[in-house]
Amino acid sequence: MDILIYGTINSMALALMALGFALVYGISRIPNFAHGALYVISGFVTWGFVRALGVNYLLSVFLTMIIIGVVGALIYRFILIRVRGMAISEIIASYAIGLAILEGLRWGGFKGMTYTLPVFVEGSVDIAEIPVDFHRLVVVGIGVAVVAFLWLFTHHTRIGLALRGMAQDERAALMLGIDSDLMAVVAMALGSMLAGLAAILLLPLGNIVVEAGYNVLILAIAVCIVGGLGSWMGAVLAAFLIGFAQILTVTYLGSHYQMVVALLAIIFTLILRPSGLFGQQKELEERV
Amino acid sequence: MNNEQGRKERLDRGIKVRTDGLYAIMSLRELCYLTVPRLVLIVGLLILPLVMPSMYWQRVISIVCIYAFLALGFDFLAHFVGLVCLGGAFFIGVGGYLAAILNTSFGFPPLVTIPIATLLGGAICTLLLLPCLPLRGVYFAIVTLMYPLVLMRIIEALNILGGTDGIMGVASFANRWIEQYFVILMVLLFLFGLRRLVNLDIGLVFRAVKDNDQAVRASGMNISFYKAIAVFVASALGCLGGACLVHIYMWSGISLFALDFSILPIAATVIGGAGTVVGPVLGCFILVPISELLRAFGTLRIVFYCLILVAFIVFRSEGIMVYGQRKYHQFERWVKI
Amino acid sequence: MNNQPILEVQEATKSFGGIVAVNRVSLDVHDGEILGIIGPNGSGKTTLINCVTGFIKMTSGKVLFRGRDISGKPPHKIADMGITRTFQIMRPYYSLPCYKNLVIPLFSPRAKRTGGWRGGGKLGDRDTVGIDILEEIGFERDSFVPYKIASSLPTGYLKRLELARCLALKPEIIICDEIFSGLSMSEIASMVPLIERLQMDGITLIMIEHRLRELFRVANRVMVLNFGEKVIEGSPEEVMADDKVKEVYFGSEEVEEVMSHA
Repeated sequence: MDILIYGTINSMALALMALGFALVYGISRIPNFAHGALYVISGFVTWGFVRALGVNYLLSVFLTMIIIGVVGALIYRFILIRVRGMAISEIIASYAIGLAILEGLRWGGFKGMTYTLPVFVEGSVDIAEIPVDFHRLVVVGIGVAVVAFLWLFTHHTRIGLALRGMAQDERAALMLGIDSDLMAVVAMALGSMLAGLAAILLLPLGNIVVEAGYNVLILAIAVCIVGGLGSWMGAVLAAFLIGFAQILTVTYLGSHYQMVVALLAIIFTLILRPSGLFGQQKELEERV
Repeated sequence: MNNEQGRKERLDRGIKVRTDGLYAIMSLRELCYLTVPRLVLIVGLLILPLVMPSMYWQRVISIVCIYAFLALGFDFLAHFVGLVCLGGAFFIGVGGYLAAILNTSFGFPPLVTIPIATLLGGAICTLLLLPCLPLRGVYFAIVTLMYPLVLMRIIEALNILGGTDGIMGVASFANRWIEQYFVILMVLLFLFGLRRLVNLDIGLVFRAVKDNDQAVRASGMNISFYKAIAVFVASALGCLGGACLVHIYMWSGISLFALDFSILPIAATVIGGAGTVVGPVLGCFILVPISELLRAFGTLRIVFYCLILVAFIVFRSEGIMVYGQRKYHQFERWVKI
Repeated sequence: MNNQPILEVQEATKSFGGIVAVNRVSLDVHDGEILGIIGPNGSGKTTLINCVTGFIKMTSGKVLFRGRDISGKPPHKIADMGITRTFQIMRPYYSLPCYKNLVIPLFSPRAKRTGGWRGGGKLGDRDTVGIDILEEIGFERDSFVPYKIASSLPTGYLKRLELARCLALKPEIIICDEIFSGLSMSEIASMVPLIERLQMDGITLIMIEHRLRELFRVANRVMVLNFGEKVIEGSPEEVMADDKVKEVYFGSEEVEEVMSHA
């Protein structure tokens, strides 16, 4: 029973971490290796607002989301846009940006146990005799809400539809008058905001540490690869797969193996089925 | 008779076009033009340990050379075979641990462990990477990025090979001169070896795999086989670096799988000039000392070289070497006129 | 022409998801023959070729080469047996000069076996052979064309380069995927004799084409595909006369044109 509950919570957390990465890759085909850095930086920004400046928590969450969205958009607009289409350069550039942010934060002294965010709601409740704090329930609830919102957004709004169009065929979208660069900026901003949201939701459960950036990046990549790069619905499903797998290994093998699960998931998925478990198999035909 | 002569002439024309470099023999001047840059590099590398002010900087030269192995391997794989391998640390780790085990458990001296670790490590890495070879682009990059992390976590979790403490008491080189000249000579050997390799017929096949693997398959060649050979070359280079590294530090641990070994050679390649083979070595000689100079700033140096890397990728993606080559050719022409 | 076909395809079927791209197509090619495959866009011609050459796996069906089952073998094995193909979208090794493009096929196991130039091992051996092949296929040796970087070549030469890449393997069958399309009339005019000469050299050809007039000039037999199914197979005259083919190409001026010329 506790496996079920904690598995669900863990999976939802993974899904939140991965959605941003999946969204950016799905739309602009840029593997945003700075994802983990954006995650950590939003944690610190919120911390700055709440703890250092004393802004109201809800307001600071709102501000953080906006700031991180703008940061993401700027990174795309001024750096990544110049290397688009060159897979190696995209990875190296975004990874270097992420590394620079994370190591910069580390140098700036943002490390240690002192940085924590308050939880949204104090207290806990017993579900089937297992105590679960309210905050974790909030995580699950907001996670579901985000997935639902994304679905609505991409299926029923103008921008969302444009984004989907671009994801499917960028050139065709260009012909239809969709500004692909603008849309990529929007996607990057959205993806960064999702990273920020994930950070705000998940970081109150522990400390804000720079190392989390690397872990989040790896987990996000793992989820996206298993789900099929570019398909964010697949990412949600894969999050559950990996989430439960992780909880199971922690229960039966020990917490050392938690990361190994994610890493092996990446390697095996890529070797056995590169398009992911839920991605569409692209036949070679179009290239021949 | 006439026909025969005509045929000869036609043959000659083909040969003339194909032996572009041959004109160098025509005059001393041309000879210098071609060989001086190479000689400068070779001589410069050879006297480098002699002019270094302190032991510390001599050590830095050795480390530079180890990064140079990785950068050479990365450049070769990425720009001549089309496999972007972000897992330099994986090669270093495998080579390093192998050398450490061979040395501490079997008592082989460094000059025996290094060749064994190089070849055996290359074979092991190739074997482990074999299933990923059909992958391309981003996928191969991601999966290779994960390999060192997995190995690191597994060693950590299973607590094998010394666990988080690593293997200590690895023998060092006989003295630091041997250490220095060994790595420098190896760098030169592999530098010119790789340059030669990519221009051989098999090198052309590698480049063809990068350009258009479908056509290579349609020509009746098994691309996985050629990719495996290329990966073997690159991973053997990395393992050589790893093996040298553990003998220099006299210690082997999970920090061999650190991201540094994956990211710095890439940065060096980008800065030095991708696809030139010499460029990455040059890049290492620029980046590693800079990062040593900045050691006092702690992790800020990583920020520095990341920013340099981003700037190079975005604004001068050709790299120093390509730029330099172009300028050199222009310069020479200008003198002639 | 002996009775055993050199290449036999039995009920080849390929479906992508729910879409059946090739539906139970059978064909056989005899030694030294030129088989044309025509059909409107999306009728599964290229997919069929990809199945035969192993680039995609068939859902079901069999391919026999000289009586040996080759279905399911990887492309390089099939090419190694002597079934080569050109690509519809030509992508030479752009960064290499033309003659160096041929070094790659000449390096293959088949070329080493069949070529007779395996000895020596000197640098430049393959270069010479490559230039010879290029000359054979219409690159003037005396000009600078064979020494140019492949990316700077016009379409006509690229198509020839594709053919040369096949020839370097000393193939038994060449499958040409739209070798005439994208060429000017004069380029086509010089290509046709080339095809005829290949046939005279004893090479079996399968040609996928949209340029019906030229195809009907060289082909011994023509097969028509539509919606992944074989509509008819026969001599060019039979095919031209068939009502179903007119239906497939209904309104297509080219057919009308061909008919009026015939």
